[in-house]
Amino acid sequence: MAAVGLYNYWIVVFLMMAGFYIVIAHDNLVKKIIGLNVFQASMFILYITFGKVQGGTAPIIAEGITTYSNPLPHVLILTAIVVGVATTALGLALVVRINEAYGTIEDDEIHVQDEES
Amino acid sequence: MTEHLPALQVVIPLLCAPICMLVRYRDWSWVVALFGSWASLAIAWVLLQQVIATGTISYHMGNWAPPLGIEYRIDLVNAFVLLIVSAIAAVVTPYARESLRTEFGSNRIYMFYTAYMLCLCGLLGVTITGDAFNLFVFLEISSLSSYVLIAMGNDRRALTAAYQYLVLGTIGATFIVIGIGLLYAETGTLNMVDLAKRLADQPLSRTIGAAFGFLVVGISLKLALFPLHLWLPNAYTYAPSVVSAFLAATATKVAVYVLLRFLFTVFDVELSFGFMPLDTILFVLAVIAMFAASAVAIFQTNLKRMLAYSSVAQIGYMILGISFANVNGLAAGVLHLFNHALIKGGMFLALGCIFYRLATVNINDMAGMGRRMPWTMAAFVVGGLGLIGVPLTVGFISKWYLVLGALERDWWLAAALVLISSLLAVVYVWRVVEVAYLKPIPENATKIEDAPPAMLIPTWLLIGASIYYGINTELTVGVAKQAAQQLLGVS
Repeated sequence: MAAVGLYNYWIVVFLMMAGFYIVIAHDNLVKKIIGLNVFQASMFILYITFGKVQGGTAPIIAEGITTYSNPLPHVLILTAIVVGVATTALGLALVVRINEAYGTIEDDEIHVQDEES
Repeated sequence: MTEHLPALQVVIPLLCAPICMLVRYRDWSWVVALFGSWASLAIAWVLLQQVIATGTISYHMGNWAPPLGIEYRIDLVNAFVLLIVSAIAAVVTPYARESLRTEFGSNRIYMFYTAYMLCLCGLLGVTITGDAFNLFVFLEISSLSSYVLIAMGNDRRALTAAYQYLVLGTIGATFIVIGIGLLYAETGTLNMVDLAKRLADQPLSRTIGAAFGFLVVGISLKLALFPLHLWLPNAYTYAPSVVSAFLAATATKVAVYVLLRFLFTVFDVELSFGFMPLDTILFVLAVIAMFAASAVAIFQTNLKRMLAYSSVAQIGYMILGISFANVNGLAAGVLHLFNHALIKGGMFLALGCIFYRLATVNINDMAGMGRRMPWTMAAFVVGGLGLIGVPLTVGFISKWYLVLGALERDWWLAAALVLISSLLAVVYVWRVVEVAYLKPIPENATKIEDAPPAMLIPTWLLIGASIYYGINTELTVGVAKQAAQQLLGVS
């Protein structure tokens, strides 16, 4: 049953590879950003999974609670999510400006225009 | 006051960034940036003197004791890197004012200084921190602001270059966080010293191996190790001249420092080079970088692009030194951090001067430039001699220790390769010299003056330093050797 117990990690690996594949394989700049997001999301889940303690509750001090999940990875990942949002915002802003400058957001068409000029 | 210098090192540029944004007027925001970069340099200098005098400084952020709190830990290695980064910033900022006037719409200039100060803050933070996750946060601050800085270039290709860098840089950063996360899962700590201690007590597991792999690949993307350098040439070519000079001299250097920190402080030498055969991998990649990137540089017509490829080759030398894993090799790596920052910074600034007058840095427009802008071209050529490694320049000192390190390991082939690859640098520097000095000035050329002193003086400061530290090696070699000993844990 070890494979089932590692369910979260399978999800992480799948998301990581799927996101990475989108970043590499797609020519559309917005889709690349989405792939990047999926890729980062896998890392968030990885951290959150580390923090889970079996049978533990939310880390809030209350009577009768002795086992609780490790809050530190959650806090770390909050920071990483903020970084991810900033990266996405900046990436999309760049795509907007690329669209203004080239009239397209397809990587191959931009490449053709650069070759011509 | 002095005990809080480690915090101020990061906080001053961080505070200068929003102030630049608020004052809006372009010259005032320049003054704020000037203050930020000069104050950083002063602090870095004092910190280096303190570390030399009294040894490693440990600063507890907000008085929370490590390993729970965030620790700023300054030893010789990062004190030296702090000095490099802040010195380059202090020289580039005065230059920026004049240079941006031609390359930039004046209504956006305060935004440039805001991003620039954030980038400086991030780079200093990465260097100074002793906490692995904190390192990631600062890395992202510096990366995000450098994407913005690159996208500010005039050419529309600057946008695609920044986008490409953003995608690859984020992949690299995510790899680094995954590596740090795996280490945390295995040890339950994020403090680097504590990590090293707990890793040493643990048997090597597959998790640690995976963490090591993720970290090395992620950092290699950031430092543009061949073949992960694809973002670099476009980014340096289309960014504004000031940005190319600043990033070429600092960003990749800080990434090399992070690699050193993880390979030698967090993991130890046995894990990095014994359990994992990283020395062989780094050696092969470094040699390919030295030859392939130099060879590509020879065929570039855009001089900024030529210098960018040359940077990839020079990073190869640093990595080569690290792969030797002995004192001389590592010292050569650390030395070349400093030396290459001076040379490349100076050369990119010289190209900025040319761009200021000609609005192009294409080699075909360089005919007779040796006579049209004598001071600027002279700076470029002296920098080029440094790249080749001619005696009396800093480049020679780096290569000397690199060859010593190779011989110490009995890698005669490596020593020979260093010398042969220098010949490629001779070719690409000579191409420029030939056009600039031996070709006549074209008849239809307009008469131009040399660059204004506000730009020439910073350029010559860096180029002059590259000569000075080639002759007087007391500070650099002394610190680099001790730093190497500290990293390797030998005295």
